[in-house]
Amino acid sequence: MLAEFLQFLFSGITVGATYALAALGFTLIYNASHVINFAQGEFIMLGGMLAVLFAQMGLPLPAVLLLAVLVPAVVGVLVEKLAIEPVKGAETVTLIIITIGASLVIRGLVQVWLGKNTFSLPAFSGDEPIHVLGATLLPQSLWVLGITALVVVALWYFFNRTLQGKAMLATSVNRLAAELVGINTSWVLFMSFAMSAALGALGGILITPITMTSYDVGIMLGLKGFVAAVVGGLGNGLGAVVGGLLVGILEAMGAGYISSAYKDAIPFVLILLILFFMPRGLFGGKSTDRV
Amino acid sequence: MNKRIYYGLYGLIVILLVLPFVVPNNFYLDLAVRMAINAIIVIGLNLLIGFAGQISLGHAGFLGIGAYASAVLPMHFGWHPVTAMLTGALASALLAALVAKPIFKLKGHYLAMATLGLGIIINIALRNEAQWTGGPDGMPVLPMALFGFEIGSDRQWYWVVAALLVLTVWGSLNLIDSPFGRALRALHGSEVASQVVGVNVARYKVSIFVLSAFSASIMGSISAHYIGFISPNFADFFHSIELVTMVVIGGMASVYGSIVGAVLLTALPQALATFEGWETVAFGAILMLCMIFMPRGLVPTLAARFSKGDDK
Amino acid sequence: MSLLEVKDLSIHFGGVKAVQNVSFSIDSGIVYSVIGPNGAGKTTLFNLITGVYTPTSGEIRLDGEIIQGKSPDELARRGMARTFQNLQICMNMSAIENVMVGAHLRLDRNLFKAMLRLPALKRRDEALREEAAGLMEFVGLGEYVGARADAMSYGALKRLEIARALAMKPRLIFLDEPAAGLNPKETQEVDHLVRKVADSGITVVLVEHDMKMVMNLSDRILVLDYGRKLAEGTGQEVRGNPDVIAAYLGTHA
Repeated sequence: MLAEFLQFLFSGITVGATYALAALGFTLIYNASHVINFAQGEFIMLGGMLAVLFAQMGLPLPAVLLLAVLVPAVVGVLVEKLAIEPVKGAETVTLIIITIGASLVIRGLVQVWLGKNTFSLPAFSGDEPIHVLGATLLPQSLWVLGITALVVVALWYFFNRTLQGKAMLATSVNRLAAELVGINTSWVLFMSFAMSAALGALGGILITPITMTSYDVGIMLGLKGFVAAVVGGLGNGLGAVVGGLLVGILEAMGAGYISSAYKDAIPFVLILLILFFMPRGLFGGKSTDRV
Repeated sequence: MNKRIYYGLYGLIVILLVLPFVVPNNFYLDLAVRMAINAIIVIGLNLLIGFAGQISLGHAGFLGIGAYASAVLPMHFGWHPVTAMLTGALASALLAALVAKPIFKLKGHYLAMATLGLGIIINIALRNEAQWTGGPDGMPVLPMALFGFEIGSDRQWYWVVAALLVLTVWGSLNLIDSPFGRALRALHGSEVASQVVGVNVARYKVSIFVLSAFSASIMGSISAHYIGFISPNFADFFHSIELVTMVVIGGMASVYGSIVGAVLLTALPQALATFEGWETVAFGAILMLCMIFMPRGLVPTLAARFSKGDDK
Repeated sequence: MSLLEVKDLSIHFGGVKAVQNVSFSIDSGIVYSVIGPNGAGKTTLFNLITGVYTPTSGEIRLDGEIIQGKSPDELARRGMARTFQNLQICMNMSAIENVMVGAHLRLDRNLFKAMLRLPALKRRDEALREEAAGLMEFVGLGEYVGARADAMSYGALKRLEIARALAMKPRLIFLDEPAAGLNPKETQEVDHLVRKVADSGITVVLVEHDMKMVMNLSDRILVLDYGRKLAEGTGQEVRGNPDVIAAYLGTHA
């Protein structure tokens, strides 16, 4: 009983960490530009796929990690320059459609270039499972959780203790005011997309040894990451992390105890419930419109 | 409004009448039927997205409900195809009515996500209930029968679908230029303004969502009977995006634009058939370029260039 | 009994008390103005009465019926119309269609009859189009009858909103700063227009900053400051009230 519960919990937290990183990415971009970047999922996919590519090229692990995070960051900046900037200030529908378009382009190019196969990465420290109270925990899970926790702490430090981080926060609260005090808001936008892509890619790399990767994993991962962001309260960093873990755990629990066929449906049922009853999410505040 | 807007309809009727006699072979006739089916779906979706200013990223879900109703009910339960089709449409309409009220309290990205979630849940359900739906591999569909007369050949289908298209265009043009239609467009233009003149915004959003869900379901059924086979891909996220792309390319808030969008994007996969990945890239690139350079879509942009009055 | 009665109306936005315990009543057929410095709560008061906001406490009665908390479309049904300080025009429609939407409640809104283009519906629509054109003439926009809304100037659009409100055939019309952003000549035209509207029997409630216009037109004036009622009365009474003078000009006036 306990062993089963722990098993589901472990796998839930592990995949939840990926969702948390994706959700943080959504949050960053949303805060900087009020855009929901539907291409976020493709950054996750790129991380995993590029890591496989670089590993196959024989590069050592640290180099693989670095490149597989940097290249998607560059792609993220490209998306910002080519998709978001040209339509700045457009209607929501336009923005949604254009980021969907960007995600299609990225996915299609990967499909053409790297094919439709599924790939895997060797686990960072081997796959000898660790036994905890009757449940098994993969060492890779510890890597996922550990690195994610480090990243979250680093981000917290960046946003709360450094000037650049505070500049980014200021821009998200009031862009015009930030510009007026001399903050380079274009730089903020640029950094948000780069960081967001890097975060997503990192999550993708970490999880690949466990769940494998292919050209089309981006859609579901991205969407679930978005669910996590909304559950936590769109624009709230802590909410993104909590939301990610929550979605991961609920998904694993649902798959384990209720029905594994409907595993993928669980996050979406969750988001419908949240949107109907608590659209601001767990940590979001109330807001009023001026007429 | 303008008698001129109906000239397009007359032109369309002429084209539809002549088409079967000028196409070189059956392949093109089949393509024409698919284009017409998509056009009808897109017009319905455009009423929701372009005219009423809402968004639906899960519309293929309703197509799927109609398609599978028409596949499962006659095949497994012996129902008459027309009854099955209407049942599917009613189920879609009911589902739409149920979720519409809470969904349309949302705006922008939240609304998009909610519709997306709905579509995905429907798709997963269709994929999973394999004992009825045949699962991921799909299932065959019995032919459609109308008044005891089975619609079999491509040519027969062509006339059925062409007639439906003409009716849809006519009905939509009428609707747009009516008090109901104006209320809908006002809702898009300024929700607050429409409220203060007495438009019950929630009720209108629900009505148009239900209407477009109903019509999507009917067309899903028709597609299923026409193709003779149905698979869960028909109701997936990518198909929903394809439909939205057709709306956007052809022209939001444009009935004729919907037809143009449907024609172009039904032909495109044929042209890229062997290059699957490139098809995805092409769709994505088209979406991006269109939003950057022609955000209003082909037909309204061209219409604005050639006239300086009102546009449709 | 007055047409509109407001009793102890208040609304708080978080810690901000935008409107505090405001009470007044408006008789049918007059021109009633609400004035006060910027931020006094005038538009908030409008939004409360026209159903855009729900008050935290207090009562609003129209013809004796409680209406606070009702939605704008329910109030429209009771004959209340309004215009907006920062223009709410449907730019996706033509000018005349914007006016025609005003008549929404007076028409048959049935979806199916619309799709079938029944002759009766068509005839009423054409009659409505003529009426809307007439209203545009009435407000001085005769030359814009064929125009698109997004092709018109700011001043013209302000008058278009008034035409839309008139299309409702309302009993009561709330004009939120109709002269804001207009030059002196346009302001005078709006002044005449409001007079014409009032003369046609509609009760007019006006928020305005232009004092000349307010004194010219109003039968009674309500002065707000920091969300509270400062004074109420005829133009003469209000003009001489020391509290009002202090609020506008400072205490050394």
